[in-house]
Amino acid sequence: MFNIESLSSLQCDALKEIGNIGAGHAATALSQLLSEKIEMTVPSVSIIPLGRASEVVGGPERLVTGIYTQIYGDAPGKMVFFFPYSEALQLLDIVMVRTPGATQSIGEIEQSAITEIVNIMTGAYLGALIRFTNLNMLPSVPAFACDMAGAIINTALMDLGVLGDYALLIETQFSLVERKLDGHFFLVPDPGALEKILGALGVWTG
Amino acid sequence: MNDAIIIGMAELKVAAAPLKIATLGLGSCIGICIYDRVIKVGGMVHIMLPDSEIAHDKVNEAKFANTAVPLLVSECEKLGAIHSRLEVKIAGGAQMFTGHTEDTAFSIGAKNIQAVELAFVKMGMAIQTRNVGGNAGRSITLDLETGDLHIRTLNQEPFII
Repeated sequence: MFNIESLSSLQCDALKEIGNIGAGHAATALSQLLSEKIEMTVPSVSIIPLGRASEVVGGPERLVTGIYTQIYGDAPGKMVFFFPYSEALQLLDIVMVRTPGATQSIGEIEQSAITEIVNIMTGAYLGALIRFTNLNMLPSVPAFACDMAGAIINTALMDLGVLGDYALLIETQFSLVERKLDGHFFLVPDPGALEKILGALGVWTG
Repeated sequence: MNDAIIIGMAELKVAAAPLKIATLGLGSCIGICIYDRVIKVGGMVHIMLPDSEIAHDKVNEAKFANTAVPLLVSECEKLGAIHSRLEVKIAGGAQMFTGHTEDTAFSIGAKNIQAVELAFVKMGMAIQTRNVGGNAGRSITLDLETGDLHIRTLNQEPFII
């Protein structure tokens, strides 16, 4: 089993590049969907203790919407998208062609809409990754939660606890340029998948 | 809440009054609390997974229901707590995500609840009070002065069990 705590800087850079390519495609998909300009940050790769995972999403009790997709195939893992609650409402205004501020809560239709946006973004992200690495990856149907950030991320990362105490997060932030709207997304490869991904990138023995 | 000792996922803490112990944002994890009312000593552990048998990494006993429960009891006994006086309260084990999938992230809450119940049966102890399951994340604070377990969620008023 690959020990994620011993990742070299070359391997780290390779994972950032994965994040960059994937997130670039996801942001393009979102931009086309919303007809809005989107900016994204350079991805960061971090290895965090599972017990502190909620800090990366702004504190354990912050109200957020989280959408979780399991990845199956050669390089299993998970993707988690986070939008702070107020920003999810704004995003829904745009998607559902409502006047700004019209969306006041997330009901069944809103939940379905935001889950579908994330589904499209996940597809774009993974599609780019598949072309780049030649690995086979298949997303599950995304699952939705709107609650405390800590409760959501801890639940999403829970099964990593079987293998160890750390999670490797490839994080990208994106924002809609003309609005104050940010989202985060995380690609979290299962420890066993890192070997495959790094191997496909030619930096397995880096 | 500012005065509470905060524990994270897979962490355990025992202490005495007037301290408080808290854990924030419990999803499918479970916060297990035990308390000896006579000497006002108690503890909390934030477990993630039901059983250490499935794990490659068995180092952290506080991570799994089956190993965390005996550990919590023995740590409290080190502070003078008496087994027969210990009260047990548990909270958590929610199903956080809705959506169609068979992933473990959906059923782990229920498995955690069962595993905690089983672990206490093996210790010959009963769970006095519980607030488990449902779909909401919880933050909990154990007040070692009173033994009260304060529970907060984002969509209802705080309450005490």
